[in-house]
Amino acid sequence: MRIRSHALWMSLAAATALATPAMAADLTITCRCVVDGVNSEQAKWIKESVIPAFTKMKADAGEEVNVTFTEFAGSDEQLTQQLALDFSTGAGPDIAGFDGFLIPSFVEGGLLKPLEDLAGDAVTGWDGWSHISDGAKALMSYQGKPYGIALGTDVRMIFVRADLLRDAGIDPETWQPASWEELLDTARTLKEKNPDTFPLQLNAGVPMGEATTMQGYWMALLGMGEEVTDDQGRYIVASQGILDTLNLYKTIYVDEKLGDQRAQLLGDGRNRTFANFRDGTTAMLVEGDWFWRSVTAPGSEFAVENRDEVMSWAKMPAKEPGKGIRGQDFVTVSGGTGFVLNPNTDEPELAWELLAFMNGQEQLTEFQKFQPRIRIRDDVDIPEAPFLKETSEVLLPLTTARPNDANYNAVSAEIQRMTEAVVSGELSPEDAMKRYGEAVTKIVGEENTVSLL
Amino acid sequence: MKSFSLLSRRAGAAFLTPAGLLIGAFVIAPFFWVIYVSFTNRTLLGRTALDPEFVGFANYISLFEAGSFLTRGEFGTSLILTIQFVLLSALAGQAALGMLLAWMLQSVPKTLKRLTEMVVIAAWILPEVVIAFAWFAFLDYDNGTLNMIMDALGLPRGDWLLSFPFWVIVVFNTWRGTAFSMMLFNSAFSSIPPSYFQAADVAGASSWQKFRDIGLPLIRGHVVTDLILITMWTFNVFTPFLLTKGGPSYRTEILSIYTYRVAFRDFEFGKGAAVGVVIMLINLAFALFYLWVTRKRARGVAA
Repeated sequence: MRIRSHALWMSLAAATALATPAMAADLTITCRCVVDGVNSEQAKWIKESVIPAFTKMKADAGEEVNVTFTEFAGSDEQLTQQLALDFSTGAGPDIAGFDGFLIPSFVEGGLLKPLEDLAGDAVTGWDGWSHISDGAKALMSYQGKPYGIALGTDVRMIFVRADLLRDAGIDPETWQPASWEELLDTARTLKEKNPDTFPLQLNAGVPMGEATTMQGYWMALLGMGEEVTDDQGRYIVASQGILDTLNLYKTIYVDEKLGDQRAQLLGDGRNRTFANFRDGTTAMLVEGDWFWRSVTAPGSEFAVENRDEVMSWAKMPAKEPGKGIRGQDFVTVSGGTGFVLNPNTDEPELAWELLAFMNGQEQLTEFQKFQPRIRIRDDVDIPEAPFLKETSEVLLPLTTARPNDANYNAVSAEIQRMTEAVVSGELSPEDAMKRYGEAVTKIVGEENTVSLL
Repeated sequence: MKSFSLLSRRAGAAFLTPAGLLIGAFVIAPFFWVIYVSFTNRTLLGRTALDPEFVGFANYISLFEAGSFLTRGEFGTSLILTIQFVLLSALAGQAALGMLLAWMLQSVPKTLKRLTEMVVIAAWILPEVVIAFAWFAFLDYDNGTLNMIMDALGLPRGDWLLSFPFWVIVVFNTWRGTAFSMMLFNSAFSSIPPSYFQAADVAGASSWQKFRDIGLPLIRGHVVTDLILITMWTFNVFTPFLLTKGGPSYRTEILSIYTYRVAFRDFEFGKGAAVGVVIMLINLAFALFYLWVTRKRARGVAA
């Protein structure tokens, strides 16, 4: 009797263990998003809309699917680190939030697989592709193959505290610097008015990671008519553009203390710049539109009170009119973030189904309720948001993208080091550029570099 | 000498096998793997992740390259920083302070002794993340306790983590690790027969004289043990990362943090492994020195 009941339990346990995968499939999804924290709207969308709707859809079709959502609260760099190590060891979530610029280096490292290789015909036959432009598709692609789907693209600009400008006798409605000098002059005026404030913030330094390269360095460098690589894809290791950009940093943070140097050097620097803007210590902050969409949105940690009245924006000027990239007067740069599939996923078809479902018309329209944004699908309405309409109309025609190159990630880290050396006062712009040049040459090889001096 | 055993040789070996396999898989194999990787240009991302090339000693040579050796953020400065960190926080800090505390505790009432021990040990046993958070709160520029104290005393506020990052981690590590030295010296002093000190008291010796002529010579062996152990620990400690992340501008990037950055932030596994091997060699030197000293001591006791 005893033996028999024992056997019964054993077989039951075995049956459960074997049967579970067949009965219910498990999916995991991660992004740098936390309800009531960073990217709160995205987290809420996934939690309250995507997952319930997806599981219900599958349940109606007679399939039981469990989707586990992990909210990652660390920095972008920490998520990159986590995903790189996870993907290389076969671990990690099935679907992961991802910044498009990392795709080449992950692909070259064997840490990502094209969507088609993972889920086959379901991917090629997806009807969503016809609603996504090639440019938007390219945000999460490498060498013509998509590795994920972007949620949208973005643009960069100078965010302005109109109330502070008004206090200093500047009309925020018409304020639009035409050159770096005019931008600095406004900062000087504001600083004179309130000597304890840091009116201008242009990101620099290691702690801010890619935000330094994208929101700071690129925005200045494009204003000198240069990019990180030349038109043949060679990395520029020495140029007047780099020097002038570094000198701009030096003027802002070291010589005239127009910006908050501490915020660039401390570990939690980026949040500090957000807080400075919220508290009115910073009047002009160069950031991506994410700053408007998420950071200062009502209800978030850095929400700006009476945002519609006190917050406005201006285009980032070239060093001098006409000196910017392609002879432009104003510059900006765009990137794209979205979701990729883990190459080691046990359920590639199901994971793709969820990814496609997230990026379907219905769910993206739903997302607009959490966070209005220009979506990549042409069949998703853009909500009534004057800010988005205005910025996208003005800035998208001016925009540039980062090189789609496997070495870019490592070079970007060197850019962060170079700017930090200048901003902390440790090295002169010349010495910092020299060190940068040596480091980049080591990364990409002498034959892939060029000096414009 | 006749050997005595509870188990047959074969049974003993059988019992050891699982542990041996685990150690082999998780200690010995990675050890050789790291040495192998240090001779390649393997990375986690990019082209060299899939087909790393054998680069010989290139990683080691780049660590000791004369041109960049003393640039901040390179191996050389990290090594020098680590040596300074060990000298100041382990030797001058933990050992000296631990010795002072232990000596003073010999002649105070029992309750005070217990209390001091409790406080010092608390600093040692609390989880590191908690400790780091507390120190953050203490040192913060805007709302930190230390600056509030400075304000109250009418002294200028300090931007501790930014202006004196190195001293912050030195003080932090001293504070954190003094407990071990104190406990070790305390028990060492307690093992000295009280009659020695009583005799010295009768002769009218001062505390310093008793320390110099009786206390210190009798615990010399413990001092050596303590110094070697805390030197090794401090050399490898990673906790300062929680306070400064190695920054600002690499000014607190001691070797352990440097290794972490190169291998797991820049994802240069080859170079990171080379640093790891160099650190292993340094630790090996410490360990051999330690073994040599303890063996000498053991022989001395036997004689």
